[in-house]
Amino acid sequence: MSGALVLIGIVVLVGGLMLRLNTLLVVMAAALATGLAGGLGLEGTIRAFGKAFNDNRYVTIIWIVLPVIGLLERFGLQQRAKMLIAGLRGATTARILIAYLALRQILAALGLTSVAGHPQTVRPLVAPMAEAAAERDGGPLDDAKRDTVRAYAAATDNVGLFFGEDIFLAIASILLIKGFLEQNGIVLQPFELSVWAIPTAICAFVIHAGRLWWLGRRLKR
Amino acid sequence: MITLAWLYALGGAMFAAYALFTLADARHPKRWGTAAFWGLLAASFLSGDRFGDLGNGILVLALVALAGLGLTGRSDPPTTSTTEREASAARRGNRLFLPALVIPATALLGTLLLKRLPLFEAKNITLISLGLGVLLALGAILLWLRPPARAPLDEGRRLTDAVGWAVVMPQMLAALGAVFALAGVGDVVGQAAAYAIPAEGTFVATAIFALGMAGFTIVMGNAFAAFPVMMAAVGLPVLVRLHGGDPAVVAAVGMLAGFCGTLLSPMAANFNIVPAVLLDLKDRHGVIRAQAGTALPLLLANILIIWWCAFP
Repeated sequence: MSGALVLIGIVVLVGGLMLRLNTLLVVMAAALATGLAGGLGLEGTIRAFGKAFNDNRYVTIIWIVLPVIGLLERFGLQQRAKMLIAGLRGATTARILIAYLALRQILAALGLTSVAGHPQTVRPLVAPMAEAAAERDGGPLDDAKRDTVRAYAAATDNVGLFFGEDIFLAIASILLIKGFLEQNGIVLQPFELSVWAIPTAICAFVIHAGRLWWLGRRLKR
Repeated sequence: MITLAWLYALGGAMFAAYALFTLADARHPKRWGTAAFWGLLAASFLSGDRFGDLGNGILVLALVALAGLGLTGRSDPPTTSTTEREASAARRGNRLFLPALVIPATALLGTLLLKRLPLFEAKNITLISLGLGVLLALGAILLWLRPPARAPLDEGRRLTDAVGWAVVMPQMLAALGAVFALAGVGDVVGQAAAYAIPAEGTFVATAIFALGMAGFTIVMGNAFAAFPVMMAAVGLPVLVRLHGGDPAVVAAVGMLAGFCGTLLSPMAANFNIVPAVLLDLKDRHGVIRAQAGTALPLLLANILIIWWCAFP
Protein backbone atom coordinates (compact mmCIF):
# COMPACT_ATOMS: atom_id res chain seq x y z
CA MET A 1 0.00 0.00 0.00
CA SER A 2 2.65 2.46 1.09
CA GLY A 3 4.58 1.28 -1.98
CA ALA A 4 1.99 2.40 -4.52
CA LEU A 5 1.58 5.73 -2.73
CA VAL A 6 4.90 7.04 -4.11
CA LEU A 7 3.22 7.14 -7.53
CA ILE A 8 1.28 10.18 -6.26
CA GLY A 9 4.05 12.34 -7.73
CA ILE A 10 3.25 11.08 -11.24
CA VAL A 11 -0.44 11.90 -10.66
CA VAL A 12 0.53 15.41 -9.51
CA LEU A 13 2.75 15.87 -12.60
CA VAL A 14 0.13 14.78 -15.11
CA GLY A 15 -2.70 16.62 -13.33
CA GLY A 16 -0.70 19.84 -12.95
CA LEU A 17 0.37 19.86 -16.59
CA MET A 18 -3.21 19.18 -17.73
CA LEU A 19 -4.43 22.12 -15.63
CA ARG A 20 -1.69 24.18 -17.32
CA LEU A 21 -0.25 25.37 -14.02
CA ASN A 22 3.27 26.82 -14.00
CA THR A 23 5.59 23.90 -14.80
CA LEU A 24 8.20 24.72 -12.14
CA LEU A 25 5.43 24.75 -9.55
CA VAL A 26 4.11 21.38 -10.77
CA VAL A 27 7.59 19.80 -10.69
CA MET A 28 8.22 21.06 -7.15
CA ALA A 29 4.79 19.86 -5.97
CA ALA A 30 5.41 16.42 -7.54
CA ALA A 31 8.78 16.19 -5.78
CA LEU A 32 7.31 17.15 -2.39
CA ALA A 33 4.37 14.72 -2.76
CA THR A 34 6.69 11.87 -3.78
CA GLY A 35 9.21 12.58 -1.03
CA LEU A 36 6.53 12.71 1.67
CA ALA A 37 4.86 9.53 0.39
CA GLY A 38 8.24 7.81 0.20
CA GLY A 39 9.04 8.63 3.82
CA LEU A 40 11.76 11.23 3.23
CA GLY A 41 9.92 13.84 5.30
CA LEU A 42 9.49 17.50 4.36
CA GLU A 43 13.01 18.62 5.28
CA GLY A 44 14.54 15.46 3.81
CA THR A 45 12.77 16.03 0.50
CA ILE A 46 13.88 19.67 0.31
CA ARG A 47 17.44 18.61 1.13
CA ALA A 48 17.42 15.85 -1.52
CA PHE A 49 16.00 18.23 -4.11
CA GLY A 50 18.47 21.00 -3.24
CA LYS A 51 21.45 18.65 -3.44
CA ALA A 52 20.40 17.26 -6.83
CA PHE A 53 19.66 20.78 -8.13
CA ASN A 54 23.16 21.91 -7.15
CA ASP A 55 24.80 18.77 -8.60
CA ASN A 56 23.05 19.26 -11.95
CA ARG A 57 24.04 22.89 -12.62
CA TYR A 58 25.98 21.78 -15.69
CA VAL A 59 22.74 21.28 -17.65
CA THR A 60 21.95 25.00 -17.28
CA ILE A 61 25.43 26.25 -18.23
CA ILE A 62 24.62 26.05 -21.96
CA TRP A 63 22.88 29.47 -21.69
CA ILE A 64 26.27 31.21 -21.60
CA VAL A 65 26.13 31.04 -25.43
CA LEU A 66 23.19 33.48 -25.58
CA PRO A 67 25.18 36.76 -25.31
CA VAL A 68 27.18 35.72 -28.41
CA ILE A 69 24.08 34.61 -30.33
CA GLY A 70 22.24 37.81 -29.31
CA LEU A 71 25.14 40.01 -30.41
CA LEU A 72 25.31 38.31 -33.79
CA GLU A 73 21.55 38.70 -34.20
CA ARG A 74 22.04 42.41 -33.50
CA PHE A 75 24.33 42.55 -36.53
CA GLY A 76 21.99 40.57 -38.76
CA LEU A 77 23.06 36.92 -38.45
CA GLN A 78 19.56 35.53 -39.12
CA GLN A 79 19.09 37.91 -42.07
CA ARG A 80 22.46 36.82 -43.47
CA ALA A 81 21.51 33.14 -43.11
CA LYS A 82 18.38 33.89 -45.14
CA MET A 83 20.31 35.83 -47.81
CA LEU A 84 22.78 32.97 -48.18
CA ILE A 85 20.04 30.42 -48.77
CA ALA A 86 18.13 32.74 -51.12
CA GLY A 87 21.20 32.74 -53.37
CA LEU A 88 21.75 28.98 -53.41
CA ARG A 89 19.69 27.26 -56.10
CA GLY A 90 19.75 23.69 -54.84
CA ALA A 91 19.19 24.41 -51.14
CA THR A 92 15.58 23.42 -50.43
CA THR A 93 14.08 23.21 -46.93
CA ALA A 94 14.18 19.41 -47.09
CA ARG A 95 17.80 19.27 -48.27
CA ILE A 96 19.00 21.74 -45.63
CA LEU A 97 17.33 19.85 -42.81
CA ILE A 98 18.38 16.41 -44.11
CA ALA A 99 21.97 17.61 -44.37
CA TYR A 100 21.77 18.95 -40.81
CA LEU A 101 20.29 15.63 -39.62
CA ALA A 102 23.22 13.74 -41.15
CA LEU A 103 25.76 16.19 -39.71
CA ARG A 104 24.23 16.07 -36.22
CA GLN A 105 24.09 12.25 -36.22
CA ILE A 106 27.70 11.96 -37.36
CA LEU A 107 28.99 14.53 -34.84
CA ALA A 108 27.04 12.84 -32.02
CA ALA A 109 28.36 9.42 -33.07
CA LEU A 110 31.87 10.86 -32.67
CA GLY A 111 30.97 11.95 -29.13
CA LEU A 112 30.64 15.63 -30.04
CA THR A 113 27.18 16.11 -28.59
CA SER A 114 27.62 19.66 -27.25
CA VAL A 115 28.97 21.03 -30.52
CA ALA A 116 25.53 21.79 -31.98
CA GLY A 117 22.18 22.36 -30.31
CA HIS A 118 19.08 24.55 -30.11
CA PRO A 119 20.67 27.75 -28.76
CA GLN A 120 23.99 27.42 -30.64
CA THR A 121 22.90 26.29 -34.10
CA VAL A 122 19.14 25.85 -34.54
CA ARG A 123 17.92 29.33 -33.58
CA PRO A 124 20.67 31.40 -35.25
CA LEU A 125 21.33 29.28 -38.37
CA VAL A 126 19.31 26.15 -39.16
CA ALA A 127 15.79 27.50 -38.60
CA PRO A 128 16.32 30.79 -40.52
CA MET A 129 17.94 28.88 -43.41
CA ALA A 130 15.07 26.38 -43.58
CA GLU A 131 12.57 29.24 -43.49
CA ALA A 132 14.37 31.19 -46.21
CA ALA A 133 14.43 28.16 -48.49
CA ALA A 134 10.72 27.60 -47.91
CA GLU A 135 9.98 31.25 -48.76
CA ARG A 136 12.07 31.19 -51.91
CA ASP A 137 10.39 28.06 -53.25
CA GLY A 138 6.82 28.53 -52.02
CA GLY A 139 6.31 32.27 -51.48
CA PRO A 140 5.81 34.07 -48.14
CA LEU A 141 5.05 31.74 -45.20
CA ASP A 142 1.95 32.22 -43.07
CA ASP A 143 2.44 31.96 -39.29
CA ALA A 144 1.31 28.34 -39.07
CA LYS A 145 3.71 27.20 -41.81
CA ARG A 146 6.57 29.25 -40.34
CA ASP A 147 6.05 27.58 -36.97
CA THR A 148 5.93 24.16 -38.66
CA VAL A 149 9.28 24.74 -40.39
CA ARG A 150 10.84 25.94 -37.12
CA ALA A 151 9.39 22.97 -35.18
CA TYR A 152 10.85 20.56 -37.75
CA ALA A 153 14.24 22.29 -37.46
CA ALA A 154 14.17 21.74 -33.68
CA ALA A 155 12.93 18.15 -34.12
CA THR A 156 15.75 17.41 -36.58
CA ASP A 157 18.32 18.45 -33.99
CA ASN A 158 16.77 16.13 -31.38
CA VAL A 159 16.46 13.12 -33.69
CA GLY A 160 20.04 13.54 -34.91
CA LEU A 161 21.41 13.84 -31.38
CA PHE A 162 19.45 10.99 -29.78
CA PHE A 163 20.05 8.45 -32.53
CA GLY A 164 23.66 9.32 -33.13
CA GLU A 165 25.12 9.57 -29.64
CA ASP A 166 24.72 5.93 -28.60
CA ILE A 167 27.10 4.87 -31.38
CA PHE A 168 29.84 6.65 -29.42
CA LEU A 169 31.49 4.37 -26.87
CA ALA A 170 31.91 6.68 -23.93
CA ILE A 171 28.50 8.36 -23.87
CA ALA A 172 26.59 8.40 -20.56
CA SER A 173 23.84 6.02 -21.67
CA ILE A 174 26.28 3.33 -22.83
CA LEU A 175 28.15 3.60 -19.52
CA LEU A 176 24.87 3.38 -17.61
CA ILE A 177 23.92 0.20 -19.50
CA LYS A 178 27.36 -1.33 -18.96
CA GLY A 179 27.23 -0.53 -15.24
CA PHE A 180 23.73 -1.92 -14.83
CA LEU A 181 24.54 -5.20 -16.61
CA GLU A 182 27.77 -5.59 -14.62
CA GLN A 183 25.87 -5.30 -11.34
CA ASN A 184 23.75 -8.17 -12.61
CA GLY A 185 26.71 -10.35 -13.52
CA ILE A 186 26.85 -9.69 -17.27
CA VAL A 187 30.17 -8.20 -18.42
CA LEU A 188 30.14 -6.53 -21.85
CA GLN A 189 32.51 -4.15 -23.60
CA PRO A 190 31.08 -0.73 -24.58
CA PHE A 191 31.76 -1.64 -28.21
CA GLU A 192 29.39 -4.64 -28.03
CA LEU A 193 26.63 -2.25 -26.95
CA SER A 194 27.31 0.73 -29.18
CA VAL A 195 27.34 -1.42 -32.32
CA TRP A 196 23.66 -2.19 -31.64
CA ALA A 197 22.84 1.51 -31.84
CA ILE A 198 23.65 1.45 -35.56
CA PRO A 199 20.48 -0.29 -36.90
CA THR A 200 18.26 2.18 -35.02
CA ALA A 201 20.42 5.10 -36.17
CA ILE A 202 19.88 4.06 -39.79
CA CYS A 203 16.12 3.62 -39.25
CA ALA A 204 15.93 7.04 -37.55
CA PHE A 205 17.73 8.68 -40.48
CA VAL A 206 15.53 7.00 -43.10
CA ILE A 207 12.24 7.74 -41.29
CA HIS A 208 13.03 11.34 -40.36
CA ALA A 209 14.66 12.21 -43.69
CA GLY A 210 11.58 10.78 -45.43
CA ARG A 211 9.34 13.02 -43.35
CA LEU A 212 11.53 16.06 -44.10
CA TRP A 213 11.28 15.28 -47.83
CA TRP A 214 7.50 15.06 -47.44
CA LEU A 215 7.48 18.38 -45.51
CA GLY A 216 9.33 19.96 -48.44
CA ARG A 217 6.67 18.73 -50.87
CA ARG A 218 3.86 20.05 -48.63
CA LEU A 219 5.51 23.47 -48.45
CA LYS A 220 5.83 23.81 -52.20
CA ARG A 221 2.09 23.49 -52.78
CA MET B 1 43.49 23.25 -13.16
CA ILE B 2 40.57 24.64 -15.15
CA THR B 3 37.47 22.78 -13.98
CA LEU B 4 33.71 22.98 -14.23
CA ALA B 5 33.84 25.41 -11.27
CA TRP B 6 35.41 28.05 -13.53
CA LEU B 7 32.53 27.64 -15.96
CA TYR B 8 30.03 27.96 -13.10
CA ALA B 9 31.75 31.20 -12.05
CA LEU B 10 31.39 32.51 -15.62
CA GLY B 11 27.70 31.53 -15.73
CA GLY B 12 27.15 33.00 -12.27
CA ALA B 13 28.76 36.30 -13.28
CA MET B 14 26.49 36.40 -16.35
CA PHE B 15 23.31 35.81 -14.34
CA ALA B 16 24.46 38.36 -11.71
CA ALA B 17 24.91 40.94 -14.47
CA TYR B 18 21.40 40.17 -15.78
CA ALA B 19 20.04 40.74 -12.27
CA LEU B 20 21.79 44.12 -11.97
CA PHE B 21 20.81 45.23 -15.49
CA THR B 22 17.21 44.25 -14.74
CA LEU B 23 17.24 46.29 -11.52
CA ALA B 24 18.51 49.28 -13.46
CA ASP B 25 15.88 48.84 -16.21
CA ALA B 26 13.01 51.12 -15.14
CA ARG B 27 10.94 50.10 -18.18
CA HIS B 28 10.97 46.40 -17.22
CA PRO B 29 7.35 45.40 -16.46
CA LYS B 30 8.38 42.86 -13.79
CA ARG B 31 11.61 44.38 -12.64
CA TRP B 32 11.88 43.16 -9.03
CA GLY B 33 10.76 39.57 -9.54
CA THR B 34 12.91 39.04 -12.63
CA ALA B 35 15.97 40.58 -10.95
CA ALA B 36 15.42 38.35 -7.91
CA PHE B 37 15.12 35.25 -10.15
CA TRP B 38 18.41 35.88 -11.99
CA GLY B 39 20.04 36.97 -8.73
CA LEU B 40 19.16 33.68 -7.03
CA LEU B 41 20.40 31.72 -10.02
CA ALA B 42 23.65 33.71 -9.92
CA ALA B 43 24.02 32.85 -6.23
CA SER B 44 23.47 29.17 -7.03
CA PHE B 45 26.18 29.17 -9.69
CA LEU B 46 28.67 31.28 -7.73
CA SER B 47 28.40 29.59 -4.34
CA GLY B 48 25.88 26.74 -4.45
CA ASP B 49 28.48 24.38 -3.03
CA ARG B 50 28.68 26.45 0.16
CA PHE B 51 24.92 26.65 0.88
CA GLY B 52 24.49 23.05 2.00
CA ASP B 53 21.65 20.79 0.84
CA LEU B 54 18.95 22.56 2.82
CA GLY B 55 20.16 25.99 1.70
CA ASN B 56 20.05 24.90 -1.93
CA GLY B 57 16.59 23.43 -1.39
CA ILE B 58 15.31 26.72 0.02
CA LEU B 59 16.92 28.58 -2.89
CA VAL B 60 14.99 26.36 -5.31
CA LEU B 61 11.74 26.93 -3.40
CA ALA B 62 12.29 30.68 -3.78
CA LEU B 63 12.94 30.32 -7.54
CA VAL B 64 9.76 28.26 -7.90
CA ALA B 65 7.75 30.81 -5.89
CA LEU B 66 8.94 33.70 -8.12
CA ALA B 67 8.05 31.80 -11.31
CA GLY B 68 4.86 30.23 -9.93
CA LEU B 69 3.42 33.56 -8.77
CA GLY B 70 4.07 35.07 -12.20
CA LEU B 71 6.59 37.62 -10.90
CA THR B 72 9.10 37.17 -13.74
CA GLY B 73 8.79 38.51 -17.29
CA ARG B 74 10.39 39.56 -20.56
CA SER B 75 12.52 42.63 -20.98
CA ASP B 76 12.99 44.90 -23.96
CA PRO B 77 16.62 46.09 -23.91
CA PRO B 78 17.81 48.42 -26.70
CA THR B 79 18.77 46.53 -29.86
CA THR B 80 18.80 47.05 -33.64
CA SER B 81 15.76 47.18 -35.93
CA THR B 82 15.09 44.66 -38.70
CA THR B 83 16.07 47.27 -41.30
CA GLU B 84 19.39 47.93 -39.58
CA ARG B 85 19.99 44.20 -39.35
CA GLU B 86 19.33 43.69 -43.05
CA ALA B 87 21.72 46.53 -43.92
CA SER B 88 24.40 45.10 -41.61
CA ALA B 89 23.93 41.60 -43.07
CA ALA B 90 24.24 42.94 -46.62
CA ARG B 91 27.34 44.98 -45.79
CA ARG B 92 29.24 42.38 -43.75
CA GLY B 93 28.49 39.34 -45.86
CA ASN B 94 29.10 35.75 -44.94
CA ARG B 95 31.90 36.73 -42.56
CA LEU B 96 29.08 37.18 -40.00
CA PHE B 97 28.94 33.38 -39.72
CA LEU B 98 32.54 33.10 -38.55
CA PRO B 99 32.04 34.15 -34.89
CA ALA B 100 29.03 31.82 -34.65
CA LEU B 101 31.17 28.97 -35.93
CA VAL B 102 33.94 29.73 -33.42
CA ILE B 103 31.85 28.20 -30.61
CA PRO B 104 31.25 24.75 -32.16
CA ALA B 105 34.75 24.73 -33.68
CA THR B 106 36.35 25.42 -30.30
CA ALA B 107 34.15 22.83 -28.61
CA LEU B 108 35.21 20.31 -31.26
CA LEU B 109 38.93 21.06 -31.29
CA GLY B 110 39.04 21.51 -27.53
CA THR B 111 37.48 18.11 -26.95
CA LEU B 112 39.97 16.47 -29.29
CA LEU B 113 43.14 18.36 -28.34
CA LEU B 114 42.93 19.77 -24.81
CA LYS B 115 42.09 16.46 -23.15
CA ARG B 116 45.77 15.57 -22.85
CA LEU B 117 46.79 18.83 -21.19
CA PRO B 118 46.90 18.60 -17.38
CA LEU B 119 45.68 22.21 -17.29
CA PHE B 120 42.10 21.13 -18.08
CA GLU B 121 39.75 18.76 -16.28
CA ALA B 122 39.46 15.93 -18.82
CA LYS B 123 36.07 14.68 -17.59
CA ASN B 124 34.27 17.91 -18.54
CA ILE B 125 36.46 18.90 -21.45
CA THR B 126 33.65 19.51 -23.97
CA LEU B 127 31.74 21.87 -21.68
CA ILE B 128 34.94 23.69 -20.75
CA SER B 129 35.85 23.99 -24.44
CA LEU B 130 32.37 25.35 -25.11
CA GLY B 131 32.99 28.04 -22.50
CA LEU B 132 36.34 28.87 -24.12
CA GLY B 133 34.57 29.10 -27.48
CA VAL B 134 32.06 31.58 -26.05
CA LEU B 135 34.87 33.81 -24.73
CA LEU B 136 36.81 33.61 -28.02
CA ALA B 137 33.72 34.43 -30.09
CA LEU B 138 32.82 37.29 -27.76
CA GLY B 139 36.33 38.73 -28.04
CA ALA B 140 36.28 38.46 -31.84
CA ILE B 141 32.91 40.22 -32.11
CA LEU B 142 33.93 43.03 -29.76
CA LEU B 143 37.13 43.66 -31.76
CA TRP B 144 35.54 43.40 -35.18
CA LEU B 145 32.04 44.89 -34.82
CA ARG B 146 32.68 47.31 -31.92
CA PRO B 147 29.23 47.21 -30.32
CA PRO B 148 28.54 49.34 -27.23
CA ALA B 149 30.25 47.87 -24.16
CA ARG B 150 27.02 46.78 -22.53
CA ALA B 151 25.61 45.20 -25.71
CA PRO B 152 26.68 41.57 -24.99
CA LEU B 153 24.81 41.57 -21.69
CA ASP B 154 21.81 43.47 -23.09
CA GLU B 155 21.48 41.02 -25.97
CA GLY B 156 22.05 38.02 -23.70
CA ARG B 157 19.42 39.33 -21.31
CA ARG B 158 16.97 39.88 -24.19
CA LEU B 159 17.21 36.21 -25.22
CA THR B 160 17.45 34.76 -21.71
CA ASP B 161 14.42 36.75 -20.54
CA ALA B 162 12.52 35.45 -23.58
CA VAL B 163 13.16 31.88 -22.42
CA GLY B 164 12.38 32.99 -18.86
CA TRP B 165 12.01 30.52 -15.99
CA ALA B 166 12.18 27.63 -18.50
CA VAL B 167 15.96 28.20 -18.31
CA VAL B 168 16.07 26.06 -15.15
CA MET B 169 13.49 23.44 -16.21
CA PRO B 170 16.02 20.76 -17.21
CA GLN B 171 17.88 21.20 -13.93
CA MET B 172 14.61 21.01 -11.98
CA LEU B 173 13.65 17.79 -13.77
CA ALA B 174 17.02 16.23 -13.03
CA ALA B 175 16.43 17.01 -9.36
CA LEU B 176 12.89 15.59 -9.54
CA GLY B 177 14.35 12.39 -10.97
CA ALA B 178 16.70 12.15 -7.98
CA VAL B 179 13.79 12.48 -5.54
CA PHE B 180 11.79 9.86 -7.45
CA ALA B 181 14.74 7.48 -7.27
CA LEU B 182 15.19 8.03 -3.50
CA ALA B 183 11.49 7.46 -2.84
CA GLY B 184 11.51 4.17 -4.79
CA VAL B 185 9.16 5.11 -7.64
CA GLY B 186 11.09 2.90 -10.04
CA ASP B 187 10.65 -0.27 -7.99
CA VAL B 188 6.87 0.19 -7.83
CA VAL B 189 6.52 0.79 -11.57
CA GLY B 190 8.78 -2.19 -12.24
CA GLN B 191 6.66 -4.53 -10.12
CA ALA B 192 3.51 -3.37 -11.90
CA ALA B 193 5.10 -4.00 -15.33
CA ALA B 194 6.26 -7.48 -14.30
CA TYR B 195 2.66 -8.43 -13.46
CA ALA B 196 1.46 -7.53 -16.95
CA ILE B 197 3.70 -9.98 -18.88
CA PRO B 198 2.45 -13.38 -20.08
CA ALA B 199 4.90 -16.25 -19.63
CA GLU B 200 5.04 -17.33 -23.26
CA GLY B 201 5.92 -15.64 -26.52
CA THR B 202 8.86 -13.34 -27.07
CA PHE B 203 7.06 -10.75 -29.20
CA VAL B 204 4.54 -9.64 -26.56
CA ALA B 205 7.23 -9.50 -23.87
CA THR B 206 9.52 -7.50 -26.19
CA ALA B 207 6.70 -5.10 -27.05
CA ILE B 208 5.81 -4.56 -23.37
CA PHE B 209 9.49 -3.94 -22.55
CA ALA B 210 9.95 -1.37 -25.34
CA LEU B 211 6.57 0.32 -24.79
CA GLY B 212 7.30 0.41 -21.06
CA MET B 213 10.67 2.07 -21.73
CA ALA B 214 8.98 4.68 -23.93
CA GLY B 215 6.00 5.18 -21.63
CA PHE B 216 8.01 5.51 -18.43
CA THR B 217 10.40 7.87 -20.24
CA ILE B 218 7.46 10.07 -21.28
CA VAL B 219 6.41 10.37 -17.63
CA MET B 220 9.93 10.99 -16.28
CA GLY B 221 11.24 12.94 -19.26
CA ASN B 222 14.44 10.89 -19.14
CA ALA B 223 15.30 7.44 -20.51
CA PHE B 224 18.07 7.09 -17.90
CA ALA B 225 15.41 6.94 -15.18
CA ALA B 226 13.31 4.39 -17.08
CA PHE B 227 16.17 2.07 -18.03
CA PRO B 228 17.12 0.52 -14.65
CA VAL B 229 13.43 0.09 -13.85
CA MET B 230 12.36 -1.66 -17.05
CA MET B 231 15.57 -3.70 -17.33
CA ALA B 232 15.20 -5.00 -13.76
CA ALA B 233 11.48 -5.66 -14.14
CA VAL B 234 11.23 -7.10 -17.67
CA GLY B 235 14.44 -6.94 -19.69
CA LEU B 236 16.67 -9.14 -17.54
CA PRO B 237 14.23 -11.59 -15.90
CA VAL B 238 11.92 -12.15 -18.89
CA LEU B 239 13.74 -11.31 -22.15
CA VAL B 240 17.28 -12.37 -21.18
CA ARG B 241 16.92 -15.07 -18.48
CA LEU B 242 13.58 -16.67 -19.39
CA HIS B 243 13.75 -16.45 -23.20
CA GLY B 244 17.54 -16.40 -23.68
CA GLY B 245 17.75 -13.01 -25.40
CA ASP B 246 21.11 -11.35 -26.11
CA PRO B 247 21.59 -8.84 -23.26
CA ALA B 248 23.58 -6.44 -25.47
CA VAL B 249 20.71 -6.09 -27.97
CA VAL B 250 17.99 -5.93 -25.31
CA ALA B 251 19.81 -3.27 -23.29
CA ALA B 252 21.16 -1.10 -26.12
CA VAL B 253 18.00 -1.06 -28.27
CA GLY B 254 15.81 -0.87 -25.16
CA MET B 255 17.54 2.39 -24.24
CA LEU B 256 16.85 3.70 -27.76
CA ALA B 257 13.16 2.78 -27.39
CA GLY B 258 13.28 5.02 -24.33
CA PHE B 259 14.73 7.84 -26.47
CA CYS B 260 11.61 7.56 -28.67
CA GLY B 261 9.67 8.39 -25.50
CA THR B 262 11.90 11.42 -24.90
CA LEU B 263 10.80 12.79 -28.29
CA LEU B 264 7.18 12.64 -27.09
CA SER B 265 7.56 13.99 -23.55
CA PRO B 266 6.77 17.53 -22.38
CA MET B 267 8.85 16.59 -19.32
CA ALA B 268 11.96 16.43 -21.53
CA ALA B 269 11.85 20.21 -21.41
CA ASN B 270 15.33 21.02 -22.68
CA PHE B 271 14.71 19.08 -25.90
CA ASN B 272 11.01 19.78 -26.47
CA ILE B 273 9.70 22.82 -24.58
CA VAL B 274 12.72 25.13 -24.35
CA PRO B 275 13.35 25.05 -28.16
CA ALA B 276 9.66 25.89 -28.74
CA VAL B 277 10.12 28.97 -26.54
CA LEU B 278 13.51 29.76 -28.07
CA LEU B 279 12.05 29.67 -31.60
CA ASP B 280 8.94 31.71 -30.58
CA LEU B 281 6.48 28.95 -31.51
CA LYS B 282 2.87 29.71 -30.61
CA ASP B 283 2.29 26.09 -29.63
CA ARG B 284 4.54 25.03 -26.76
CA HIS B 285 4.07 21.44 -27.87
CA GLY B 286 4.86 22.17 -31.52
CA VAL B 287 8.23 20.40 -31.42
CA ILE B 288 6.65 17.28 -29.91
CA ARG B 289 3.97 17.34 -32.64
CA ALA B 290 6.69 17.54 -35.31
CA GLN B 291 8.51 14.59 -33.69
CA ALA B 292 5.57 12.21 -33.12
CA GLY B 293 5.58 11.02 -36.74
CA THR B 294 9.24 9.99 -36.37
CA ALA B 295 9.08 8.64 -32.81
CA LEU B 296 6.19 6.19 -33.29
CA PRO B 297 7.45 4.31 -36.38
CA LEU B 298 10.94 4.32 -34.86
CA LEU B 299 9.57 2.75 -31.68
CA LEU B 300 8.04 -0.01 -33.81
CA ALA B 301 11.39 -0.42 -35.59
CA ASN B 302 13.11 -0.83 -32.20
CA ILE B 303 10.63 -3.51 -31.12
CA LEU B 304 11.30 -5.40 -34.35
CA ILE B 305 15.09 -5.01 -34.03
CA ILE B 306 15.04 -6.49 -30.52
CA TRP B 307 12.67 -9.27 -31.59
CA TRP B 308 14.69 -10.24 -34.68
CA CYS B 309 18.21 -9.76 -33.37
CA ALA B 310 18.08 -10.68 -29.67
CA PHE B 311 16.53 -14.12 -29.97
CA PRO B 312 18.56 -16.81 -31.74
